[in-house]
Amino acid sequence: MNTVGTPENLLQVAVVGSGPSGFYAAEALIKSGRAVRVGMFERLASPFGLVRSGVAPDHPKLKQAILVYDKIARSPEFSFFGNINVGKDITLGELRQNYHAVLFTCGAETDRRLGIPGEDLRGSHTATEFVGWYNGHPDYRDRVFDLSHEVAVIIGQGNVAADVCRILAKTADELKHTDISEHALDTLAESKVREIHAIGRRGPAQAKFTSRELREFGELGDCDPFVDPLELTLNPESEAELADKNNVVGAKNVEIFRDFARRTPSKHRRCIFQFLRSPVRLEGTGRLERVVLEHNRLQGAAFQQSARSTGEISTLECGILFRSIGYKGVAVSEVPFDERNGVIINRTGRVLDSDGSVVPGLYCAGWIKRGPTGIIGTNRACSVETVGSLLADLDALATPDPKSGRDGIRALIEQRGLRAVNYDGWLRLDAAEVERGKAKGKPREKFTRLHEMLALLG
Amino acid sequence: MTTIVTENCLRCRFTDCVTVCPVNCFHGDDDMLYIDPEVCIDCSACVPECPVHAIHEGEDIPDNLKHWIEINAERAPSLPVIESKQDPLPTAEARKAELGY
Repeated sequence: MNTVGTPENLLQVAVVGSGPSGFYAAEALIKSGRAVRVGMFERLASPFGLVRSGVAPDHPKLKQAILVYDKIARSPEFSFFGNINVGKDITLGELRQNYHAVLFTCGAETDRRLGIPGEDLRGSHTATEFVGWYNGHPDYRDRVFDLSHEVAVIIGQGNVAADVCRILAKTADELKHTDISEHALDTLAESKVREIHAIGRRGPAQAKFTSRELREFGELGDCDPFVDPLELTLNPESEAELADKNNVVGAKNVEIFRDFARRTPSKHRRCIFQFLRSPVRLEGTGRLERVVLEHNRLQGAAFQQSARSTGEISTLECGILFRSIGYKGVAVSEVPFDERNGVIINRTGRVLDSDGSVVPGLYCAGWIKRGPTGIIGTNRACSVETVGSLLADLDALATPDPKSGRDGIRALIEQRGLRAVNYDGWLRLDAAEVERGKAKGKPREKFTRLHEMLALLG
Repeated sequence: MTTIVTENCLRCRFTDCVTVCPVNCFHGDDDMLYIDPEVCIDCSACVPECPVHAIHEGEDIPDNLKHWIEINAERAPSLPVIESKQDPLPTAEARKAELGY
């Protein structure tokens, strides 16, 4: 019987993806009491997933989670392989040859579509690409956003939608000392957007914003929040939802919306929260000119209310629209995938085949496991659960001979002439970004192109 | 901006909160948990996890609980970090019912 997880037979685990779920999985493995080695693979040259490229530039405190990941990355048991695309540069089979288990934490890289005519008109965008663009993600560096029209529409009322609205609402002065990318700051500084509509299909009591994010709209430099008081008449089921002692967020949000409804506008921009509306069509000749909205009512019991069309229609002239109705996971090659929900088929993190049987040696955690829900910390409990499943499977994962882990990977990298970025390399890039930011009074100026990063590393 | 554990944690100590903390900022004694304000990043993940709503943040800290800000700041740093869920106190369920949750 070979026991894996001993100094003679180290437990070798490959983690694919370097966001929060990947790091919490690495942490749980390293703290498991077994002798373990973790190799983390990231297709970008920089680690940290959405904490680096999703969290808004004006929310710097949330990015401090990176301090925790940095500590994990410096553990002797941990190796980082950046700029390595699993599936292209190295196959899943090669990972499985070198590691006892492969744990996917690759997140949800695309977005849910509205599924309406006109969705692909020029001027119709996704929150995913806008957020990636202003946060310097190399994949979105060259997106173009035409901010020369006065009216911008955001579909969705969660925190990502709040980020999009708030970045559009802020002045260049409010943004210029954040780590927002320079190309985005330049474009936003020229923005003619004056009216931002944040539209949700259900009512104010069901908006998914967290209260802190919503409150920020009342504290902007040159933008007034606005809610039509008539939209704050709630149905009995919504009142019941607010009265529930456990529903603290709903009650606070409605209180904040009521405060917004009482304000007298005095600033150049307005952010207008509208409810019970869903887009049914985007229209325009050659580019987006208006969105057609159907009006909804709520149907169902408290906490189970859904939006139903009333048949009433309105149109809103606009020049740019962002859908922000959820990220969506992308299939990982050779791994059983639930296309509808955008997740790897799994139970407690063990990958399952479509017939429900466990696929030995494959695991997942984070958004690719649960779907794109929750916030940074939610992934910790999720990753801990998956690692628990993995550790329970050690006997099944054990092999008579040790796995080569990073030694095997390094050999492959050299054979193929791949330019992997290790953690020391990332730290040099990190220091350079901070240095570049100094002259501009910014925490950092991110590299937005791979070739710049590789050039620095030499 | 600060996030704090307040009085409902006493006699409960559920520790559900620690499972979702991205930065391991919870510290505990035998009675309850405290948040280290130097480490907490105000991400709000813990707030909905507490079965007795003991955690409050920033502007939503009720006036009558504001003294807990200093208590968390004072006590947390010198107590051990609580990283994983522990059993609640024997009085937890009764206290939860008493509080109306």
